[in-house]
Amino acid sequence: MAWMAWTTPTAIFFIVIASLLVTFTLLAIKFPETPRTGVLGFETTRGDRLFITLLGSAFINLIWLGLEAGPQPYALLVCLIYAGGVFRWV
Amino acid sequence: MNKTVNQKAWFLVLPVLVLVAFSAVIPLMTVVNYSVQDTFGNNQFFWAGLEWFREMLASERMWNALSRQLAFSVIILAIEIPLGIYIALNMPKKGFWASFCLVLMSLPLLIPWNVVGTIWQIFGRVDIGLLGYTLDKIGVSYNYTQDFFAAWATLIVMDVWHWTSLVALLAYAGLQSIPDAYYQAAKIDQASRWNVFRFIELPKMAGVLMIAILLRFMDSFMIYTEPFVVTGGGPGNATTFLSIDLVKMAMGQFDLGPAAAFSIMYFLVILLISWVFYTVMTNLDKRDGV
Repeated sequence: MAWMAWTTPTAIFFIVIASLLVTFTLLAIKFPETPRTGVLGFETTRGDRLFITLLGSAFINLIWLGLEAGPQPYALLVCLIYAGGVFRWV
Repeated sequence: MNKTVNQKAWFLVLPVLVLVAFSAVIPLMTVVNYSVQDTFGNNQFFWAGLEWFREMLASERMWNALSRQLAFSVIILAIEIPLGIYIALNMPKKGFWASFCLVLMSLPLLIPWNVVGTIWQIFGRVDIGLLGYTLDKIGVSYNYTQDFFAAWATLIVMDVWHWTSLVALLAYAGLQSIPDAYYQAAKIDQASRWNVFRFIELPKMAGVLMIAILLRFMDSFMIYTEPFVVTGGGPGNATTFLSIDLVKMAMGQFDLGPAAAFSIMYFLVILLISWVFYTVMTNLDKRDGV
């Protein structure tokens, strides 16, 4: 695994994403998803909303970094608020 | 009859998942690891945090490559989509000539990218290329190795030559699926040619056109081989698109960290656009009840 040049932060990053995927897979098996139409005007399932959250969070982090808006961990707070919004309204 | 929803069927895709893990996911994870570190070779890495992302976001070079890339994609889409539709509308509907046209249209699609590049590289040369030589003889100043406009024109015409067929074939397939009854109804209503196109053909082609736009956008957004063979990104940086710039950075300068940060942003943009197209497409299908 040395060739992959692992670091602790990136390992944590991937573990978080992997556990999210596993959790949502298990959730989907236990409680089948029912699509619903949200503010975006199209049907989304729980998995879709997770995808929108993760992709959006990546962009929020990049924009935060590009605008030099402050320490990076605060971007994660914005992401959490964003995630709440996506799961509630999208 | 109600369909049974069985999420366990997803386990059947496990073999593909393993394959994709080896060919895409693990390399991508490695890129993420590189993007937060610096290396001078020898497989020794030093922690750099988000420095490369900060550097890339502020880098004029990356924004320039991105704008060139977007300009290229928009220009070729603006030409290939209408041209492809126009060709499809004028292709014979059945008989020998329909098959003949289909085969003829497929030919450019069968040629490997680097061969297409080589064909146009030679075709455009002023000393031995048919196109370059002819243009030179009739007094048009054309030199794709030195002139900005000539380089862009060559790449755009090359891409149009290579890929319009794809759009035309997809549009043709869409047109073929329209039942005759629609045209008969239009005839009874004395609809004009434009109205037939606007209200029958275009809506019926919308699905396949979406696929065509998605495929052409993604392909042109990731284009590497053809411009690399024809212009090598030149003159100067005039045709240095994202992937060419990325390879220069990663392989030429061995700046693995910045190149990895660059790749991740490139990947995110592509992921976003693909998702938008995919969502639009599936919703169109749902609306049409397919």
